[in-house]
Amino acid sequence: MTVTFPHKTLPWLLVAPQLLVTLVFFLWPAGQAIEQAFYQEDAFGLSREFVAFENFIELLQDPYYYNSIGVTLVFSMAVAVSGLSIALVLATMADRIIRGQMVYQTLLIWPYAVAPALAGVLWWILFDPAQGPIALWLEYMGIEWDHFVNGGDAMVLVVIAATWKQISYNFLFFLAGLQAIPRSLIEAAAIDGAGPVRRFWDIVFPLLSPTAFFLLVMNIVYAFFETFGVIDATTAGGPGQSTKILVYKVYEDGFVGLDLGGSAAQSVILMMIVGLMTVVQFRFIERRVQY
Amino acid sequence: MQKRKLSALLLGASIASSGFAATEIEWWHAMGGALGEKVNEIVADYNASQDAFKVKATYKGNYSETMTSAIAAFRAKQQPELVQVFEVGTASMMAAEGAIYPVHKLMRDSGQAFDGSKYLSAVTGYYTDNDGNMLSMPFNSSTPVLYYNKAMFAKAGVTPPKTWEEMQSVGEKLLASGAKCGFTTAWQSWVHLENMSSRHNQPFATKANGFGGMDTRLAFNSPLQVKHVSKMGEWQQNGIFSYSGRRNDGAAKFYSQDCAMYTESSAGYAGIKKNAKFDFGVVELPYWASEVKQPSNTIIGGASLWVLKGHKSEEYKGVASFLNYLSSADVQADWHQFSGYLPITTAAYNLTKGEGFYAKNLGTEVAVQQMTVGTPTENTKGLRLGNFIQIRGLIDEALESVWNGEADAQSALDNAVKRGNMMLTKFEKANK
Repeated sequence: MTVTFPHKTLPWLLVAPQLLVTLVFFLWPAGQAIEQAFYQEDAFGLSREFVAFENFIELLQDPYYYNSIGVTLVFSMAVAVSGLSIALVLATMADRIIRGQMVYQTLLIWPYAVAPALAGVLWWILFDPAQGPIALWLEYMGIEWDHFVNGGDAMVLVVIAATWKQISYNFLFFLAGLQAIPRSLIEAAAIDGAGPVRRFWDIVFPLLSPTAFFLLVMNIVYAFFETFGVIDATTAGGPGQSTKILVYKVYEDGFVGLDLGGSAAQSVILMMIVGLMTVVQFRFIERRVQY
Repeated sequence: MQKRKLSALLLGASIASSGFAATEIEWWHAMGGALGEKVNEIVADYNASQDAFKVKATYKGNYSETMTSAIAAFRAKQQPELVQVFEVGTASMMAAEGAIYPVHKLMRDSGQAFDGSKYLSAVTGYYTDNDGNMLSMPFNSSTPVLYYNKAMFAKAGVTPPKTWEEMQSVGEKLLASGAKCGFTTAWQSWVHLENMSSRHNQPFATKANGFGGMDTRLAFNSPLQVKHVSKMGEWQQNGIFSYSGRRNDGAAKFYSQDCAMYTESSAGYAGIKKNAKFDFGVVELPYWASEVKQPSNTIIGGASLWVLKGHKSEEYKGVASFLNYLSSADVQADWHQFSGYLPITTAAYNLTKGEGFYAKNLGTEVAVQQMTVGTPTENTKGLRLGNFIQIRGLIDEALESVWNGEADAQSALDNAVKRGNMMLTKFEKANK
């Protein structure tokens, strides 16, 4: 039996604020970006010329653009995989602790309140090759660290900075997911002789899979769109192009370089990539998720 | 009824107040920290000096944020009268003829006494058109110099290198004496390509570095620059040079005494003085003795003030009066001595000298001397390139690929020139 409302307009009124927000903050700017992508314009908006697909053709002919796509994929996979796995380990451990649980949980959630740019700067300083404590420790251990010169080091650094913050978010959801799993199931398995590892993979993990799937989507979207603060405050895309992710390139070309058409074309492509990835995730991965 | 009365009252009040109050002038700038406080002080002094105009200075973030917000404001017809734009934004501002009010014209229209020849030509050259008219008012200009750690130099028994040839042996001796690195740098494109070119009187771009027209193309892949970059790549490998980022993060290695030398803007003086826990000296930027007998002047970095169109002539009168105040010898000399930025007028330079400032603060005059040596040529007047911010970005990328050994100097610079030229073509097309 379904519940029905007598009013036809009330449901609309109730969703109206959300619709309005979507319209004003997503659909409208997205529409403007699509329009802008077909124009070439000077920074001040004094002259504007319709150039059809020229902005797109230029991008697709630029080998550096493909490089940036590659960097983005590596970056977002690294952020999503490490963010999810570390958070899962932490959540499992925090779930088991009996004494001082609140303290651990609060401390683990804390980093989420830190702005991405600040998180970036914080790690940047910790890893600074001349003065950063972590870099000095690495040097002491015989590991050379120089994120100014070495692209791999720079990538590791931005992944750490971007992941650190996101671990808290993932942790929160995993912990809630874990606490929703009935104790009786786990106890029954334990009585049947299943060890902690077996219990985790056979009972806990499948029951957590909807949460894990939701977080995978959220993390990839995060890595694609919300990490430019981290990059901007640290490597600015360098050294070379080794940390120039797509969203940073959009920002750099549009807001620093003032090439609005080219930047808009990039954001349209970025929207399509993320749209496509979300569709793929829902079609293929979601089938394996057990609700 | 009550409401209408109230609004009428408010209207009356606002008319009345606008009748008495001074005309307000908005100035958006990018001077944070101690420099920002100094800017506020200058503005307050100006406001107190007269009562016809009131300047309101607002900090808008870093250089590119300030420029971007001014442009966005212009598009929304909310632009300030005055905005501080960094030197790489010059070509973009110049090309926007419908948006800017050239300073020389503003001064003439508002009847302010204005004599372009009172300004240091090495500074104003960057901001004048081909007929010698000043388009924007230089405010904070600096040029790269070499800072060195006196204690580390004494330990190694060396004197500061005058030439890049000497850098080799000085660097080796420093490393042998236990230093972790010879030198590091800030703003690599500005110091080691742009100023490198002007110091040897070589073009950075064709058409007089872009002053001759928007169809300029990059030219920094000639033998001189390739030689320099290739040598720096070698030095990066053996420790004489240690790269530390695109901005001025290199300061950390200088302060920690890992690096004995640091090529950085003359405006970094105040910061270095505050943070370096050792005696340091300032000398001119080295040059290749094998390339030139006498080095030419270096070019400037920093920013100038642009006047934006779309305001009332009364307000522009205020802008002109304020700019006049800013370039007066007292204000300029004070600003120069406080910040390490170059003085923009000869009068301010002479005043500072007369006060004995340079004698008391050794090294502060180096930048001025290096800037004003000889008459600027078309290779040393400055750079006027569209999309220059992005071009600098791709130069950074190219140089980094040399530092980490991924590419050799020639192919990295060739590639940067090729990619940069695409940016220039794009700019030319968008600003027809």
